[in-house]
Amino acid sequence: MGTGDPLGMEGAHTQASGMGGMRAAGDLVARMQMTRRMRIKEAKQYVAGKLGCTPRDLSDPVAMEQIRLDKGLGTLAATSSTHPDEPGMMEAKFNISKALDIPINCVERFKERARL
Amino acid sequence: MEPRIPTRMGDGSLVEMTRSEIKADLEAGTQLAARKAKVPELVQDELDHLLDIYASAARFTAVDIGDEVILSNDGTGTKHIGNRVQDLQSYEALLGVDMVELWQIDYSYKAIKTNVAHEGQSMKIAQNLLTNPVQYGAMPDLGRYSKPDGPIPNWSELLPMGKIDEARRAQEEACEMLVEDIDFVADAMVAAGTDGIDFDTTGAAGDADFLAGLRACRVLREKYPWLGIEIGMASEFVLGMHGQLEFDGERLAGMWPKDQLRMVQQAGASIYGPAVNINTGKSTAWNIARAITFIKPAMAIAEIPVHVNVGMGVGAVPTCVYPPADATSRASKAFVEILKIDGY
Repeated sequence: MGTGDPLGMEGAHTQASGMGGMRAAGDLVARMQMTRRMRIKEAKQYVAGKLGCTPRDLSDPVAMEQIRLDKGLGTLAATSSTHPDEPGMMEAKFNISKALDIPINCVERFKERARL
Repeated sequence: MEPRIPTRMGDGSLVEMTRSEIKADLEAGTQLAARKAKVPELVQDELDHLLDIYASAARFTAVDIGDEVILSNDGTGTKHIGNRVQDLQSYEALLGVDMVELWQIDYSYKAIKTNVAHEGQSMKIAQNLLTNPVQYGAMPDLGRYSKPDGPIPNWSELLPMGKIDEARRAQEEACEMLVEDIDFVADAMVAAGTDGIDFDTTGAAGDADFLAGLRACRVLREKYPWLGIEIGMASEFVLGMHGQLEFDGERLAGMWPKDQLRMVQQAGASIYGPAVNINTGKSTAWNIARAITFIKPAMAIAEIPVHVNVGMGVGAVPTCVYPPADATSRASKAFVEILKIDGY
């Protein structure tokens, strides 16, 4: 993709072949590509192994909703589906860091600055 | 009479072509790319698969369930819906992109250096409001260091005057400044909590621009082993504006995607983004065959994720303000199914 890309084109790409971000587990697989330089197959297998699901579940928003709730990995708040008693963004990233066994920069900064 | 199928030109216009005409364009696209980059043409199975994708009247197409890849959404947001962080939240929640990118409208590391504290504060706020990985991105944009925008003599003026040595020295000086500026901005973004740094349209000013990206990447990788570093290219070919610059003993000018990727891997990047610009006067079928032919040799040696640029005007997505979903989704499916890319 890239800056200058027109409005809403991401919609076509995400529907055609995207993992769905945190609607499913695209954010988790992306973190393995960024942090460990894993290619897609290895990254999916790694995340699936850590979450105890199949690689195909990672793109399935229905399967991932329950897994994310069970493991505290964060869910999207929508009008009829809010979880105020579940982990929010930063709290979910603490849990993601632990579940995937990777450092997340803002989590480490949070711990340092909150003197945790 | 052979039925005519609606399809797109590289400028986005809707035309009708027969299956035979689309097939001929696919063959012409791969032949041209193979000749230019001195790489193999696509094999018959790949051309047949592309023909199935492109010779269809369907409004939309997609990969099979389970074959999805990562969307690293460089330059996330429209800049006109709410504020920048709300833009990122919208793309996370409504579009479902896998990574988002904070960026400013003057998309250049040199420009960001002057307001880096403000950018860092926005990054900190974004990290508190999103679960998705948030990276910071801009262009290396080497040309900004030349007069009248910067302090360095303008090599584009020196070259036509035959002042080759002076032009080369100017690019080398600019390269040094650019590496320092990227490092400066990246340090501030890391302190603010970023998950990654994106060098977007690297090589836009030629081989010195690419060299600066590679050198900055190596510096950052040594400091931050966990940092996501994405090097996205400006085009399929590294222009030799200098002509003699090397990275790890290899001349950068004239590199096609396979060699670009080797350099990016050696520099320590997390993600490589090949870019193949579109020919607006040719069909999207011609353009996809050409783009895949250029990139295919890179996939054979890829050790890191490859995210093909499939934004407006690259990767067989038409150059028009609102690229139609039929063309965008066809490019998306073609790259995933034929090249086995890791994202886009």
